[in-house]
Amino acid sequence: MGVASGSPDRAGAVLGWALALAAALACAGFAQLVPSVAAGTAHEMVLPWAERLGVSLAFRLDGLSQVFALLITGFGAVIAVYAGSYLKGHRHLGRFFLYLGLFMIGMLGLVLADDLILMFVFWEVTTVASFLLIGFDHAKPEARRSAWQSLLITGAGGLALLAGLVLLGIAAGTTRISEILAIEGLTAHPLYPAILALVLLGAFTKSAQIPFHIWLPNAMAAPTPVSAYLHSATMVKAGVYLLARLHPALSGTEAWMWSLSLAGGVTMVMAAVLALRQSDLKLALAYTSVMALGSLVMFLGAEATIAIAAAFTFLIVHALYKAALFLTVGSIDHATGTREIARLGGLWRTMPMTAMAGVLAAGSMAGFPPFLGFIGKELKYEGALAIAEEPILLAAAAVLANALMVTLALSILFRVILGRKKPVGPDGPPRAPHESPVALWLGPLALASLGLVFGIAPDLVGATLVQPAVTAVTGAPQVVKLKLWHGVNVPLMMSFATVGIGLLGYIFHGALMRTLQRMPAVADRSWDALLGAIATSFSAISRAVQPGSLRIYLGVSFVVMAVLPLMALVGSGGLSLTMSDELDPVVVGAALLAIAGAILAAAAERRMAALGGLGAVGAGVAMLFVLYGAPDVAITQLMVDVMLIVLVASVMVRLPELRAIGQGRGINAAIAGLMGVAVAALTLAIAPGAVDSAVSADMAAASVPEAKGRNIVNVILVDFRALDTFGEIVVVAAAAIGALALIRMKPRRSPQGARP
Amino acid sequence: MSTPILQAAARILVALLLVFSLFMLVRGHNAPGGGFIGGLIAAAAFALLAMSHGVDAARRALHLPPEMVAGIGVGLALLSGLIAGLAGEAPFTGLWLLLGSDGGGKGLPLSTVLLFDVGVWMVVLGAILTLVLALEEDV
Repeated sequence: MGVASGSPDRAGAVLGWALALAAALACAGFAQLVPSVAAGTAHEMVLPWAERLGVSLAFRLDGLSQVFALLITGFGAVIAVYAGSYLKGHRHLGRFFLYLGLFMIGMLGLVLADDLILMFVFWEVTTVASFLLIGFDHAKPEARRSAWQSLLITGAGGLALLAGLVLLGIAAGTTRISEILAIEGLTAHPLYPAILALVLLGAFTKSAQIPFHIWLPNAMAAPTPVSAYLHSATMVKAGVYLLARLHPALSGTEAWMWSLSLAGGVTMVMAAVLALRQSDLKLALAYTSVMALGSLVMFLGAEATIAIAAAFTFLIVHALYKAALFLTVGSIDHATGTREIARLGGLWRTMPMTAMAGVLAAGSMAGFPPFLGFIGKELKYEGALAIAEEPILLAAAAVLANALMVTLALSILFRVILGRKKPVGPDGPPRAPHESPVALWLGPLALASLGLVFGIAPDLVGATLVQPAVTAVTGAPQVVKLKLWHGVNVPLMMSFATVGIGLLGYIFHGALMRTLQRMPAVADRSWDALLGAIATSFSAISRAVQPGSLRIYLGVSFVVMAVLPLMALVGSGGLSLTMSDELDPVVVGAALLAIAGAILAAAAERRMAALGGLGAVGAGVAMLFVLYGAPDVAITQLMVDVMLIVLVASVMVRLPELRAIGQGRGINAAIAGLMGVAVAALTLAIAPGAVDSAVSADMAAASVPEAKGRNIVNVILVDFRALDTFGEIVVVAAAAIGALALIRMKPRRSPQGARP
Repeated sequence: MSTPILQAAARILVALLLVFSLFMLVRGHNAPGGGFIGGLIAAAAFALLAMSHGVDAARRALHLPPEMVAGIGVGLALLSGLIAGLAGEAPFTGLWLLLGSDGGGKGLPLSTVLLFDVGVWMVVLGAILTLVLALEEDV
């Protein structure tokens, strides 16, 4: 796996221990608050932030946040210790723990934030941290592809979520979550459909609901501790958290119920089926994570207390067994060099402690008594039966999904851990199995044992964690009793059915796997097709919009510049002209000079002649400026014209003669004429006294006393509006340096012409 | 293009243009002129030099690379703005100093505004010469 050569990162190892310690202390801190939160207190902390936007750094710890906070910090400590051993000697250990710490902070902030905007910021932090961790082995192309895929999917969902949260903030009139949840009737707001669609898009992408699930199995390119932590126990549940958090405000409608139970139910069954086709243990676990996320989403679609209770019990169950299984697989991978089910067997002889963790976790996953998984499964069946609209369908889906979990658990138990020991070789493990270091089995063993302890004494989590969370989600005090033995009832019957189907699945697991593997992997391949289509269409657009010809760019710019103001002018009633009786012959002469120059420039056969024509236009216009009392502008105009001719003359030797352009010149002349008409018409429209002269009068009055200057133009440039001028000269200098780089750059002819 | 007539004329014209450029720069506050116009005139002078005596001659006469002239100009303009800021005024406020003043309001006026205009002058000069010299050289 990720063990690269090179000098080991000692500082990184220290950072890992520091992170583990910090997470453990935070976990202890949250644990200390459990009794008060369970009693109904919400701990709040509010710091000022962007007051004008009504956004503050508001944090709130209630029953819902508490479950997640404990998961994040407790698992975080276990994972940090495990990763220190798993990635021992890795060159970038420090970088790894930095990313992991960033993720922990982001995730903790996400579940504690009591402000929509603040929550979104942390939401994005977890997306970025996940991207960095998936791409941790960035030398591998598939790691980079997976990281990129997860970033695009969850990032796009994040954008939708932002829009949804902003709309929600507008609809509610505040961004404080605790205030929003207290508002009645948000579901009747006209913005509600848009809010719901956007928020669901964010939650479904993050929590890998079909068809957005493709990134999660690919995210297994990350080191195994990351898969266990981010992509199973915590981050992918951010979407679930969001749905639970906004449940009081947004739930209770047909749209909510149908979209959640359908998306969740379909995801649950599909992912369970897809899990069976995987021969790689880690990938199989990844699909069971998708299945778990599907069932969590499905239960949150309901209103019934029992469904919510089922969701949170299962959330804890799943986090415990799935993280333990991931870490077990990581330990097996570490010791044997493979994760293929077919190449492993009889591991209990050589790695007893790892095997023990695996057995306990698989027992909880299969939902056998007396594990917490059994209670979770019974509650799931009860919850599914309680969902109002389609109880039979959903309950059947839950049975099927759970049966497939049983199949997988049995395969792990009887093929990987028990079973025949395989000799080292192409059909067996690449390396002789041996027990992993203590840090690699202690964590999973502890987590898996908790699944057993909580199963035997369910009150340890029932009243302290599940009940406060359910209370927070339903908005009313609830009593949740978790019991191992419910008596003989429908869920128990369904459990028997589950085990039966699961057993059948186990017997035919090999055949099922081969059959399923023959199905094409549609979803992931369509992702590549989608990206390819986007790239192709955008390069087509670029080719159409940016043909690379300066003439076309200038032509389009000028036409737009001319047509838009002309349309505005015509729309506002056109122009009425009155001819002056007497014409100053000098003015007429200057104008005629400019006109003659323009005609010459447009008609000239040689560039030098055209340039002379342009010069004549500049001189004529400058003369008009002098005649109408703007000597500064006149001098500038003249000088700019001189410099323009110098510049163009230096460039000219490299340009083709004007004749070579051919018929395009007619179009050029038409565009130039249009531009001239537009500017002239606008000038005439503005001229008759529509300009407010108060500003210029003020400046003229202040020029001498305040700025000690009699030339108002200059005073404005260097004093009154000096900051503007400063900005302009910075642009001039930057443009010159940029142009210098372009001139110095030798043209490279690529085979495809304009494309680099 | 470099004929003896142009070369001889350029010697005088370049000097005249540069003096005229400085004249336009300093009179700008009270009469038509200023850093922008002055910079354009100075750039014309150096461009003339480059055409008549070659780009190398123009570069030697300028002493600094033109893009550096432009950069220093931006720096001077920024400095003039910051002086007012450091003096407790709003940045880019004009501050005046009358050298040799007897208290009656007469003296040689020096100001951050002039410094600013010198910055503009250098930016315009430097930016245009950056282009002109590079293009002439490349031909």
